[in-house]
Amino acid sequence: MTAFIQTLVSGLSLGSIYALIALGYTMVYGIAKMLNFAHGDVIMVGAYSVITTVSLSANVPSVVAILVSVVVCVVLGVTIEFLAYRPLRKAPSLAVLITAIGVSYLLQNIALLWFGSEQKAFHLALFDRIKPIVIGEVYINGITLITLVTTVVIMIALTLFINLTKMGKAMRAVSEDKEAAELMGISVNKTITVTFATGSFLAAIAAVFYGGAYTMIKPTTGSMPGIKAFTAAVFGGIGSIPGAMLGGIMLGLIEQFSKAYISTLWADAIVFVVLVLVLVVRPTGLLGKKISEKV
Amino acid sequence: MNNSLKKKFMSRDAVTLYLVVVLFVAVAVMMYTGNLSRQITNMTVSVGCYIVLAVSLNLVVGLLGELSLGHAGFMSVGLFSGCLVSIALNDVLPLVIRLPISMVVGGAAAAVVGFLVGLPALRLRGDYLAIVTLGCGEIIKNVITNLKITGGALGLNTRSIYSRPIQLLPYVGVLVLITVVVMMNLKQSRHGRAITAIRDNRIAAEATGINVTYYKLMVFVLAAFFAGMAGVVYGHALANVKAVTFDYNMSIEILVIVVLGGMGSVRGSVIAAILLQALPELLREFSDYRMLLYSILLIVIMLLNSSPKFAELKGRWSIKNVIAHFKKNKSGVAAGKEA
Repeated sequence: MTAFIQTLVSGLSLGSIYALIALGYTMVYGIAKMLNFAHGDVIMVGAYSVITTVSLSANVPSVVAILVSVVVCVVLGVTIEFLAYRPLRKAPSLAVLITAIGVSYLLQNIALLWFGSEQKAFHLALFDRIKPIVIGEVYINGITLITLVTTVVIMIALTLFINLTKMGKAMRAVSEDKEAAELMGISVNKTITVTFATGSFLAAIAAVFYGGAYTMIKPTTGSMPGIKAFTAAVFGGIGSIPGAMLGGIMLGLIEQFSKAYISTLWADAIVFVVLVLVLVVRPTGLLGKKISEKV
Repeated sequence: MNNSLKKKFMSRDAVTLYLVVVLFVAVAVMMYTGNLSRQITNMTVSVGCYIVLAVSLNLVVGLLGELSLGHAGFMSVGLFSGCLVSIALNDVLPLVIRLPISMVVGGAAAAVVGFLVGLPALRLRGDYLAIVTLGCGEIIKNVITNLKITGGALGLNTRSIYSRPIQLLPYVGVLVLITVVVMMNLKQSRHGRAITAIRDNRIAAEATGINVTYYKLMVFVLAAFFAGMAGVVYGHALANVKAVTFDYNMSIEILVIVVLGGMGSVRGSVIAAILLQALPELLREFSDYRMLLYSILLIVIMLLNSSPKFAELKGRWSIKNVIAHFKKNKSGVAAGKEA
């Protein structure tokens, strides 16, 4: 029983990180209607900016490092959107997808040349103060709890932002019909820029918690969790904010339980089989709306 | 020359074919007379395999208009099954019979996997399909790494069937020729037109009576078949193969070739494969920057091709335009002389 609960806890821990990343994917996919392949790599850049800021001097407060990471990620996300995605707004989705893959690769390779291929330790003094909780024989990492709480808070904040603010209304309008939104006086470019800024902000937060949980960062760190988190976003229903949360947690649980009870070697394969099955059987995901195709 | 004859022998496709044949013959003559440097000799097999991979991926990306990110997975299925057959037959049959047999087996195994991956493609398009193919590629990698028969994480020891480039060249050459001819004929045929119709407008194509299911599966199976065959030859040029090599990154590398050569263009894929495989070998000191260059190429080419703002710029400075400009000047001079 202890082992089962421990697996449950580690699944929740991984799942909350997937959920955090999936929130960023679902925002951008839901509104800009494009798969931002580079999202995972923005997370990697965020983690490296924390590492670099902390290494500057011994007494940099953790909050400053997190803020630097947020600023770097937001600026990076908006720049990517402006340079690479905006010129392709009306291009076929294949062109946008290939460009996004290119951007993802570009970020990975710049990081590789800049920081080298070996892993770097991620350390934030803030996380040292958090004590683990031990209930009976179950060991709950403090970061796990904080990640879960933060993800839930962000999920609620995002839902409120999209449903109650003027910008949120503009985002919903753009996601439904870009041309009609433009005719209603909404600046599509501005709205999508804000979407990317929000997505990148979420990436920075995800970077901090990912780093806190895994403590080691390398240039390819972002790509695999990024793809899995996209799976999670699709699992929950792409474009749906609670769906991303649900999908992330589910995927984390599936991965940890298959590691614990089936085989560590097959865990990745199982996650991808889930992905393929979900996409084939129910492409709209658990909480997604069905969109019928217009002729 | 008779006009129709001229059309037949000087068409774009024929020129591509001549290009491939001339290249193949030139390399073969130089290699067998011993005039080719070691470096280039060792490169020939991998360049040939990449040509086949790129041309077959072009069928999916260029002709069907869907993005497949699992092409390296198909290749590794072909590679491992073909090489296992080849190892088993090693003592019985000489290379001349063994390699074609294992190529067909490898191609068939990859085609079966291609069929399975093609099934989801019937329901999905665009971003979702790209992610599914990526997932399938990862599943294939994972399965091959965990199977005992393929050597597990240590990789398959192919030393017993290792062949020198000089032995493999004829097979690579024939495989490239077959792939190029099949792809070009397919493009020109009724099937090719049906596939491009699906790419341009699936619903309209379906309404005109094109069997979308059949053609989508056909594209995936055919592309996987050629990728698998290329994999078998590629495996024979190595002493040890690991499934981890054939991951998502390799699929992207093939995609870069397709995009650089031009989506849908067979000739472009051939030239780009040679360029992108040969350049990094010749410029070893810049090897760190290879992938960086690839990613920049992907972004720039996509922007130049698909953004209205950049497309105009590209149109003005395209090679075709520059050549046309020179031709115009030349014919102008000639006309002046005649007058």
